[in-house]
Amino acid sequence: MTDGGSAVSTDEPTLLSNVSDEFLGSLLFWLPPFLLMGFFVYGAIGWNFVISLTETSGFGGVDYSQLDIEQYTRAFGDPTFINATTNTFVLLITFTAVCLAIGLLLAIMMDRKLRFDNGFRTIYLLPMSLSFVVTAQFWLWMYNYDNGLINIIISSLGFSKYQWISNPDLVLSAVIFALVWQFSGYAMVVYLAGLRAIPQEQYEAARTDGANTLRLYQRVIIPQLKGATISASVVLMVFALKAFDFLYSLTGSYIPPKGSDILATMMVRQAFRINNQAYAAAIGIMLFALALAIITPYLTYQHRRGEL
Amino acid sequence: MSIHERASDGRQLLLYGVLVALIGFYLLPIEIGLMTSLKMNPLSTAPFLPPGLDGFTLEKWRQAFSQLANGLFNSLVLAIPATILSALLGSTAAYGLTTLNWRGQMPILVLFIAGIFIPYQAVLIPLSKFWAVYLPLDELLQTVWGLPMLEPYHGDLLALIISHVAYGIPITTLLFRTYYRNFSVEMIEAARLDGATPIRIYWRIILPLSVPMFAVTLIYQFTQVWNDLLFALVVVGPGEGAPVTVPLSQLGASLSEIGFGVRMAGAFIAALPTIVVYIMFGEQFAKGVAT
Repeated sequence: MTDGGSAVSTDEPTLLSNVSDEFLGSLLFWLPPFLLMGFFVYGAIGWNFVISLTETSGFGGVDYSQLDIEQYTRAFGDPTFINATTNTFVLLITFTAVCLAIGLLLAIMMDRKLRFDNGFRTIYLLPMSLSFVVTAQFWLWMYNYDNGLINIIISSLGFSKYQWISNPDLVLSAVIFALVWQFSGYAMVVYLAGLRAIPQEQYEAARTDGANTLRLYQRVIIPQLKGATISASVVLMVFALKAFDFLYSLTGSYIPPKGSDILATMMVRQAFRINNQAYAAAIGIMLFALALAIITPYLTYQHRRGEL
Repeated sequence: MSIHERASDGRQLLLYGVLVALIGFYLLPIEIGLMTSLKMNPLSTAPFLPPGLDGFTLEKWRQAFSQLANGLFNSLVLAIPATILSALLGSTAAYGLTTLNWRGQMPILVLFIAGIFIPYQAVLIPLSKFWAVYLPLDELLQTVWGLPMLEPYHGDLLALIISHVAYGIPITTLLFRTYYRNFSVEMIEAARLDGATPIRIYWRIILPLSVPMFAVTLIYQFTQVWNDLLFALVVVGPGEGAPVTVPLSQLGASLSEIGFGVRMAGAFIAALPTIVVYIMFGEQFAKGVAT
């Protein structure tokens, strides 16, 4: 634009006053929700951080006079914390990866002008609408030693039965399987939307180049699903971080089955059962840091693509 | 769009076969739960088989209902206002940050959206301290709880409603923002040239056009609030004010295997509102999660 110089300079004053008018007019709409949300989200995180620097435990008030990072150093020497962190990462990564793989396969199958595709989608997504508390009840029964479906299936295949929930070596895999059941339909919906956004010409172009179906997916389609993969993984990881409700419901207490303790359950137990509030606050802050490490690149990526 | 060419009949058949088998995978745990809830003895037959005529009972449903009825009522009192309020606030926030376009709104918007991904463990201790020590509504509003039909534990429920509204705002804002971005700029400009104020534009143009997105948001948010356990435990705890997820998580825990019938019946009773909403509005739910 070479001829726009004078136009811009004359427009500038009105543009500026428009901007501030627009800003003032908008305050009424976003400021009240912002204050409410900001207080409970960011205010609470800040307060939580300060509590994590104290020595608070028990039911008394918080003594803010001496602040240090002792709770954090304590965590790294605590085998329970190390174990919960390992389990958190195993859960996060395995659950997300398996959900994405199943979701992608399902979406590719569904993306073929099927009849009843809405019906299939509704059913695959149904478990996601259920509470973790509800699905935990269903899966406790599925994993039951005597008459659970899982043991019925494996013993009909000639294997011996397992104590899925009370065996510390098996319980995390059992939980991951149940969560995959609940959320793989979600990954399918995200991938299906991604697939349907790919222009038809690209399929045809690849076809005329003589690509077979496998190569078509490898070269043309999968690379274009990058955006869908990123958003689905972020959301799935957040769900995995919230698996507290599921684990709590397996036992109905703050102590999850042995072998399935994650940071989310450990934090709540330290806070509301053992009353180590400062320690629990520190674990909460570390979970927050973990979430931040996941969402910061995601939001930056979305912002660059203009999709925020 | 999708692949247009149809596969051969054999492959088409195979595809449908796989998709139908997957229906089994996703529905079997639910079907087994239903069958088990209707059996006198959950161990008597294979879990997926329906009860025989002599083994059929509705007793488990009756027992579960009597233990959950109070919680169901609390959940309704909680979820309906919390859902409506967070949808409304999300809509106004998205309007103020999307349709009304001003410089510097992006950082504010990022703060809203980042709020979706906060692990609640990072706010639980301040949240419980705030409601228990600094703003104990059950004590502060004692005169209100003296009114007929109201009890002090409604103070805890009110605290839980406000918490759910606050933590629901980020996702509802994002849902409405993705919707408002596609509104035509000309339409808003035309209204503005006619001298309409931002309030009038919101009330006369944006809000009426938002009805489909309200459906999506209300359904999604209702499911979220209804299904929550963590906030319910921390803000209200077990007792008279507890939403249904709290007693459900305890149901039958002491009864070992015989208790599974009651557990399954309870799971269905607690899930019924969300299942009904889902069956009626599955399309909107899918839209909500896909955003």
